Amino acid sequence: MNKTLSSIIKKEFRHILRDKQTLIIIFLMPVMMLILFGYAINLEMQNIKTAIVDNSKTPQSRDFIEKIISVNFFRIVSVDPDYNNLESLFQMRQANCIVVIPYDFARKLDHQPQTKVQLLIDASDPNAANYINNYLNMVANLYNLDHNDFVIQPLSVEPRLLYNPDMKSAYFFVPGLIAVIILLICALLTSIAIVREKENGTLEQILVSPVKPIHIIIGKVLPYMMIGFLMGLMILVIGHFWFGVPVAGSVVLLNLMMILYVVTGLSFGLLISTITKSQQIAMMATLVVTILPTIMLSGFIFPIASMPLPLQFVSRLIPATHFLEIIRSIMLKGVGISELYKQAGALALISLVLLGVSMKKFSTHLE
Amino acid sequence: MRSNGYAVEVENLTRIFGDFKAVNDISFQVEKGEIFGFLGANGAGKTTTIRMLCGLLLPSSGQATVAGFDIYKEYEKIKQHIGYMSQKFSLYEDLTVRENIEFYGGVYGLSRKEISDRTKELLDYLNLNQQADHLTKSLPVGWKQRLALSTALLHNPPIIFLDEPTSGVDPVSRRNFWLLIYELVEQGKTVFVTTHFMDEAEYCHRLSIMKDGRIEAMGKPRELKIKYSADNLNDVFLKAVQGGAANE
Repeated sequence: MNKTLSSIIKKEFRHILRDKQTLIIIFLMPVMMLILFGYAINLEMQNIKTAIVDNSKTPQSRDFIEKIISVNFFRIVSVDPDYNNLESLFQMRQANCIVVIPYDFARKLDHQPQTKVQLLIDASDPNAANYINNYLNMVANLYNLDHNDFVIQPLSVEPRLLYNPDMKSAYFFVPGLIAVIILLICALLTSIAIVREKENGTLEQILVSPVKPIHIIIGKVLPYMMIGFLMGLMILVIGHFWFGVPVAGSVVLLNLMMILYVVTGLSFGLLISTITKSQQIAMMATLVVTILPTIMLSGFIFPIASMPLPLQFVSRLIPATHFLEIIRSIMLKGVGISELYKQAGALALISLVLLGVSMKKFSTHLE
Repeated sequence: MRSNGYAVEVENLTRIFGDFKAVNDISFQVEKGEIFGFLGANGAGKTTTIRMLCGLLLPSSGQATVAGFDIYKEYEKIKQHIGYMSQKFSLYEDLTVRENIEFYGGVYGLSRKEISDRTKELLDYLNLNQQADHLTKSLPVGWKQRLALSTALLHNPPIIFLDEPTSGVDPVSRRNFWLLIYELVEQGKTVFVTTHFMDEAEYCHRLSIMKDGRIEAMGKPRELKIKYSADNLNDVFLKAVQGGAANE
């Protein structure tokens, strides 16, 4: 290997290994982020606080209430609260929904084709409101089936859930978190790598030597690539063994893709490093340009298909978008490279552009 | 090295930052083997000049050659022929003395054998054998400066640029540092040094006094004292800077 390059790589490794504090942060922060987010972000809903107003007080109404309780989704917190003051239950955050059974419930059931039960929902969380509505309808269906054997159902949908049959949020979020964390940490690692040398004045000393920009850039990326890969591997292991996310596809392919993505993250940081003047600004800039777009626009939480068209275009420029598709496909669906070469190509392209611009920005002249 | 024989030749060199002329149309020559001192208050343009000559900064206009190479087109060649030491201590504090020497040796493309020979030589010379494997940040400032100078000389350059090398160093260390500079000149090297210590100015073969980006006076210390009818360089400096040279 080139003598100059190997000297730079050796030196970078020494910086990394000697700075124990940073090293600990590099490996501890992702673990903490994964575990915290892994538990905090959970779209599965349970224990919806439910109040029931039973004006009917008949065997029929009690039967209906039994059905509601039997579904794990609802948790009865209040029975027959003050009917004139129902809204205060929502305002005091004591209930998410209130079921009101009318006093003529039993009579109507027996003599009329349709009986109505009122459901009041706190829709300040529209997503939850939707769930509540669906669940209670399901309960009503169960009740109908139990009490009327002659219901004719001309059409019924028979769902079969693939890749995540138990609909576990973790399967969705853990791969996403891995994508966010790798990008963030890798970009942070390199973002301060060159700025630190600018601040300390050591860069000047290197710039008066015959070193070429490409040597400095590669010399910085290679050591951090190893660190980034080890860190990524570590959170992958945690995601798999702790959160139980399967790896349906090739582990080797997954790791190769991760290395590619690590390089993308490092290139991101490097570009920031070449254009900023202080470590603090570099870190702030990195946090802003990696975390926000990655979480909002990569499909990590919000589906890209439902974004406005311009944002869909922007999301294509975000590395995490492509890696998310890759990691979810490999981990959950067991997809191979033949279905993922487009995403891999996009990541490679983004990295090359970022590295190219960094190299260009990183002129051998200081100003 | 080419023709004319000057180590550094500068003609009408100018550098403008925005609308501020940091270096304003300066011209001078530095002979091979001389200690050329650049005197001036802070912000006079000394560092900007040195940076342009070292290829760290592009001039706005004017011409200059270093070791016979053009600073616009041949800065890559210039870098092989110069040693540079900035006012800020620029070795890696989290590396040991030996690691710093090895790193810069590698950066200048020295072979493994050359590096280990030079390392031994340097450690003996600087009397740093005991501290060779200590972190650089644990060294006293004076030693750091000497180490920084030595690493800047690993590739044996004929011309050396020193930008306020002794700021923040105690008088004894400063003296030791200048002994080192004299040794270099005895080896036939050219030393280009900026300073604002007048006693150091006395050590220079020739001086140039800068003010507001211009060279106000230039010559041997003795000549300057006669010209400004002053007893010491301090008075020379004050007279030159306060416009005494306006009629020059």
